[in-house]
Amino acid sequence: MAQVLDKPVQVHAPVSPAERTARRRSLFEWIAIHSLGVAAALFFTLPFVFVFLTSLMSDSQALSRDLIPHTWEWANYKKVFDTPGFLTWWKNTLIYAGLGTVLTVVSSIPVAYALAKFRFRGRSLALMLVISMMMLPPQVIIIPMYLFWAKQLDLSGTLWPLIIPMAFGDAFSIFLLRQFLLTIPNEYVDAAKVDGCGDLRTLLKVVIPMAKPGIAAVALFQFFYAWNDYFGPQIYASENPGAWTLSYGLESFKGAHHTDWNLTMAATVLVMAPVILVFFFAQKAFVEGVTLTGVKG
Amino acid sequence: MSIITLASKRRSPGLAAKQRKQALRTLAFMSPWLIGFAVFFAYPLISTVYFSFMHYDGFKAPTWSGTKNWTYVFEHYPYFWPALRNTLWLVVVMVTLRVVFGLGVGLLITKIKTGAGVFRTLFYLPYLAPPVAATMAFAFLLNPGTGPVNSILEKVGIPAPGWFNDPTWSKPALTLLALWGIGDLMVIFMAALLDVPQEQYEAAELDGASAWQRFRYVTLPNISPIVMFAVVTGVIQTMQYYTQPLIAGKVASGVIQGAGTQFEPGYPEKSTLTLPQLVYNLGFQRFDYGSACVVALVLFVLSMVFTAFLMRRRGGLNLAGD
Repeated sequence: MAQVLDKPVQVHAPVSPAERTARRRSLFEWIAIHSLGVAAALFFTLPFVFVFLTSLMSDSQALSRDLIPHTWEWANYKKVFDTPGFLTWWKNTLIYAGLGTVLTVVSSIPVAYALAKFRFRGRSLALMLVISMMMLPPQVIIIPMYLFWAKQLDLSGTLWPLIIPMAFGDAFSIFLLRQFLLTIPNEYVDAAKVDGCGDLRTLLKVVIPMAKPGIAAVALFQFFYAWNDYFGPQIYASENPGAWTLSYGLESFKGAHHTDWNLTMAATVLVMAPVILVFFFAQKAFVEGVTLTGVKG
Repeated sequence: MSIITLASKRRSPGLAAKQRKQALRTLAFMSPWLIGFAVFFAYPLISTVYFSFMHYDGFKAPTWSGTKNWTYVFEHYPYFWPALRNTLWLVVVMVTLRVVFGLGVGLLITKIKTGAGVFRTLFYLPYLAPPVAATMAFAFLLNPGTGPVNSILEKVGIPAPGWFNDPTWSKPALTLLALWGIGDLMVIFMAALLDVPQEQYEAAELDGASAWQRFRYVTLPNISPIVMFAVVTGVIQTMQYYTQPLIAGKVASGVIQGAGTQFEPGYPEKSTLTLPQLVYNLGFQRFDYGSACVVALVLFVLSMVFTAFLMRRRGGLNLAGD
């Protein structure tokens, strides 16, 4: 889990001075492995590099097959920001992602706590239902949900149909948090009870401070989920450009600048950059979350 | 816990009250999810079943239509079987390649000794790229006109494929995009590989096992539950595969998006259709809510079959409470 990134790299058995061949073999192995590593690194990074380079090309050069810009057109980024709507998409994305994350965390913590630490009938059934909800493609229930939000509550053209449900617990967040809370020994909870703490105070004063890494991971995942969501805004916000998010607006940006790959790539960079910046600040919480939802508890 | 039980045993009349209090407490803590489950899962699911037997266009009141929607989807809707075939292709090719590649990259990262941290970060980053942005990037990189990939291929003298514009190459192009974002599997496999007991490798080495034999008889048996997990979650993700094929098809076909624009899904030649796209096409482009619900239910059954696999003991999620 957390150690994944910090675990010291295993060094092979020390080579005895006599065994020259063994040493030569391990040098050969080092070269082979690191060449593969560099090749893989190129595969993973070159797409970013080409996208970035194209985003700085002039309009005419973007139509050519050149790989490297002749002149560095930083003004492309200004053009993207000046595109009508672009700042509104930013604002909407931040509202959807920010408000959604807060609501998800607040509503999911008590549920995850109950599933991890309370004993009650139907607990394993509840857990199975949480997992089923987590694995449910959003398209399965979209028709009744759309009719509910659009026809009954008249909320289509806004992002509220995507934000409000987050106040009622998110299955993935509940599951991830529950997995994290399992790793907190019951003794801490019992000790708080002995000291006279009620359930709510135990949760607030003892469990939540210990669960901070798990909560951070959940918040990050939820923020990225909203940032990346395309289907939700497509269903509820498409009719009103004033409610579009970055992920949804980016595609129309491509439509409006049909052949201008340079501007489209600049906009693409601007949608990717925040996510990657956040990752650098919160790398540990992220990797922990990925591992936690895996097989290990 | 034990102290509380002792105390309540002494005053046995209070036991029932205590239990009632505990039930109320559980109810209170679970309440956000209980409401969410009822309103955003159970109700719409039942409603989807109901609408699948109704004719409904969103304007006139729904009318009973029996199994007409079902026969329409299975026998006359031109996109259903292509979408199912594409999903099968993606499950067989994309999921397999992702697991193999993810394991390979995971293995590589555990063997790298110099600059391991930098390599890990670089390998992981593409996984974070927002799907729309990543697909847009690949639509550019692979575009046959000015794309850098084809420019390089042609310089080297390799015939350049049409990628997202060619029905035989569109799914391989999507696979390439999926392999680029392998970071999640890499991290899971890396953790599993580091957990393999070192003594087993040493014992195998003493017995003169080759590198391949060590992988086959030590590594693989130890990590097989994780491989299973990666395969099953991969299949479930493929059932939900929506944004990438949709955006790739729309960008390659040059359709301009805007409120109410129509587009033929699955460009080129239905080769990028997936089941979730059919729900959108039927429900929000054709306003045939009944048939959309039929596809939704097919999607539901398929997802739940594989979710059931996940909940098994071996190779499943850790569900043990305490």
